[in-house]
Amino acid sequence: MQATMVHIKKLPLHEFHQTLGARLGTFGEWEVPLYYSSVIDEHKAVRNRVGIFDISHMGEIYFEGRTARQTLNYLLSAQVDRLVMGKALYSPVCNEKGGIVDDVIVYQLGEESYLVVVNAANIAKDYDWFLSHNLKSAAIQNRSEEIGLLSIQGPNSLDLLKSIFPYPLEQMKYYSVLPGSNPWKNVLIARTGYTGELGYEIFLMKKDLTDAYSVFLEKGKAFGIKPIGFGARDTLRLEACMMLYGQDMNDETTPLEVGLERTVFFDKEFIGRSALIQQKEKGISKKIVGFEMLGHGLARHDYDVTKNGRSIGRVTSGSFSPTLKKNIGLAGVLLEESQMGHEIEIQIRQNQVSAKIVATPFYKKTTTGARP
Amino acid sequence: MNIPKDLKYTKTHEWIRYQPGRAIVGVTDYAQHEISDIVFVELPKVGQEVSQGKAICVVESVKAAFDIYAPISGTVKAINTALEADPALANREPYGNGWFFELTPSNPSDLELLLASDQYQEFLQQAAHES
Repeated sequence: MQATMVHIKKLPLHEFHQTLGARLGTFGEWEVPLYYSSVIDEHKAVRNRVGIFDISHMGEIYFEGRTARQTLNYLLSAQVDRLVMGKALYSPVCNEKGGIVDDVIVYQLGEESYLVVVNAANIAKDYDWFLSHNLKSAAIQNRSEEIGLLSIQGPNSLDLLKSIFPYPLEQMKYYSVLPGSNPWKNVLIARTGYTGELGYEIFLMKKDLTDAYSVFLEKGKAFGIKPIGFGARDTLRLEACMMLYGQDMNDETTPLEVGLERTVFFDKEFIGRSALIQQKEKGISKKIVGFEMLGHGLARHDYDVTKNGRSIGRVTSGSFSPTLKKNIGLAGVLLEESQMGHEIEIQIRQNQVSAKIVATPFYKKTTTGARP
Repeated sequence: MNIPKDLKYTKTHEWIRYQPGRAIVGVTDYAQHEISDIVFVELPKVGQEVSQGKAICVVESVKAAFDIYAPISGTVKAINTALEADPALANREPYGNGWFFELTPSNPSDLELLLASDQYQEFLQQAAHES
């Protein structure tokens, strides 16, 4: 018997991150920068100034042709019908049981051209899923290998980008996308992100990544830029209550159970519809809630949640919140134990530590629109 | 890397300031740097008996939890409660106000297994070469 070799993937800018002093760690199959200076410092830089993330591990799958729109409307639970050119839509992709195959953002780039951005760990799974449910023969192309993605997030992100791109970026609305070819060829600027802050995601050809990253860093100095690792990416998204696939949701959980009912449009045919209708009629038995620790301790993924000694669910994400300076988390708990203000306990090693269910998001920037 | 001469060290990166009948324990400058942002410390209980080399408390950074091991056997005499309110003290002053706990040693010969500062420095250099 031979041991299975786990192939660790590296970002195209791997060496560049090392020269910036990145502390490396693994995220799924990827070796990525966890932090450069400190998770907390980087977190604050994004909340107060601006940060740059290399998220080139994310997948880019294009849908093109006359049937692209129809195909996406069948594959995604959200209302793709309402998507217009230059806009983006967040949506789960469901299986027949209503379980979440992935959560994606679809950008409409042209009359018959759509870009679907998928989670890195799911690129192969999603691509296979799309191809095997491509009933109307849309042209589906996985371009994850050739496209890189940089994310510029923080209140100073707009001013920084305006100093680089000759486009009217101030007119861009949340969840919109703008194609460009200056200063790099085939660049897409999207006003999306995973931080709860004003921010942009820049799609580039991989060969332009090093140059672009260097320019953002150099021009960003005047705006207080910092390179941001995956540690702060996680604390930022958790404060904003944006869910992480594989942790807060998976193939076994449905959009209704993780608070994503707003992304399910029942008045159309799509994969998972009948299961979700059934679940909606019957009612869900568990749901995701936000909590903050009252007692001393940090909740982590998969810790048991109890009430009076009875197990009522599991922590899906947990961390220290650098903005709130509290320990917070998300947990999937039984519906009858999910009411706001309810006190629960988190099993931390040998101790049951008290926590309280609170409103989410934990952090909300008033100038940023809510995720649709 | 700061490695004070007057302390003894473990290969698991704890330091100990030993006087007969009294020993203060904390984590090294190297350890606090590796752990990075310390946001939580779960200290042992006063009166708890500890054995050399056994996990006795937990330090958590934003991303992960780390066990802290008892450098020598003994009984916990005091804990640094300031760390509960301000865990990052262990980052800022690892050899000073960021100390973890005080032990009453039960077996003075335990000290023989610990490293002197130059030995600990050598150990860190070796570890860096091997990684």
